[in-house]
Amino acid sequence: MPAGTLYRGREGMWSWVAHRVTGVLIFFFLFVHVLDTALVRVSPEAYDDTVAIYKTPVVALLEYGLVAAILFHALNGLRVIAVDFWSKGPRYQKQMLWSAVGIWFILMVGALYPVLGHAVREVFGS
Amino acid sequence: MSSNNAVTETSSAIGVVEGESLYDVDHPAPVIEAPRQRTNKTPKATRGNFEMAAWLFMRLSGVVLVVLVIGHLLIQLVLDGGVSKIGFAFVAGRWASPFWQVWDLLMLWLAMLHGANGLRTIINDYAERANTRLWLKGLLYTATVFTILLGSLVIFTFDPNIR
Ligand code: HEM
Ligand code: HEM
Repeated sequence: MPAGTLYRGREGMWSWVAHRVTGVLIFFFLFVHVLDTALVRVSPEAYDDTVAIYKTPVVALLEYGLVAAILFHALNGLRVIAVDFWSKGPRYQKQMLWSAVGIWFILMVGALYPVLGHAVREVFGS
Repeated sequence: MSSNNAVTETSSAIGVVEGESLYDVDHPAPVIEAPRQRTNKTPKATRGNFEMAAWLFMRLSGVVLVVLVIGHLLIQLVLDGGVSKIGFAFVAGRWASPFWQVWDLLMLWLAMLHGANGLRTIINDYAERANTRLWLKGLLYTATVFTILLGSLVIFTFDPNIR
């Protein structure tokens, strides 16, 4: 990278960085995910044994992270689309970013129990 | 921007210093040729509209993916016991319906193409040597084609009575 050209943007830059990082993460997950789903063509046992990994507490945390990445990428992606196509989009881009972050936070709180509940029961017994 | 609001006469670029314009209706100014004149040998366009199509595709596929992927996550991780219910029998039940087959197929193609095009942009941004770009993109396209074909094959050939 050329020296001395660090771009010091504000919210817009960080939302762009986060959009890029989450996009790459989701893509790599999808690659692995199609491979694990393909095990249904091998045998029911091979599939069930592999999907058992998805049900362990540590991987449940990773799934929560995946949900976080997708929800941010989706909400911010809709904001980018609004900035590009809605005539007032550029004027409200900052408000839309904070709305997206707010909705993201609420959805993440809502996802806590459904996504992590079974892991908590497993770790602490039920 | 606001430096020349004193100048109201905009029809002549010469301005008052030079006095009267040399040209009028009877003495028209010479035609200045465009720097690169289009001839019938010039290609219609030097490059296609691929980048614009890709830009548009990212937005259209994004809108559709919101429904497909968030719906998928709701079904797999939230509803009906969350991740605990997933297993071969569950998948067999879902892919018995053409609706969910089409859903998954569309999600597979759109997400892979959207993600692959996104990664293409990122490679173009960060890989500075032409050779590095070539290899990274070759790897990306190979993985993308492989994944799309494998995923489609799995949906079309799924056999609930494999055993
Ligand atoms: C959930 C719905 C989604 C929406 C609304 C969405 C929206 C967008 C938009 C609008 C862009 C273009 C950003 C720009 O040009 O600045 C983009 C880029 C990208 N998306 Fe998505 N996307 C979604 C899902 C996905 C999925 C499932 C993946 C991975 C398979 C993904 C991976 C990427 C990548 C890698 C980029 C490139 C980022 C960059 O160039 O910085 N997206 N997304
Ligand atoms: C941890 C979260 C996830 C779980 C537990 C999960 C689970 C599943 C299951 C059980 C299937 C089998 C078919 C079905 O029931 O529809 C499936 C297929 C599929 N999933 Fe997911 N999924 C998750 C996240 C995602 C994400 C984030 C994406 C997209 C970016 C995605 C894309 C797909 C695709 C494309 C298929 C079809 C695969 C094929 O064609 O072989 N999944 N998923």
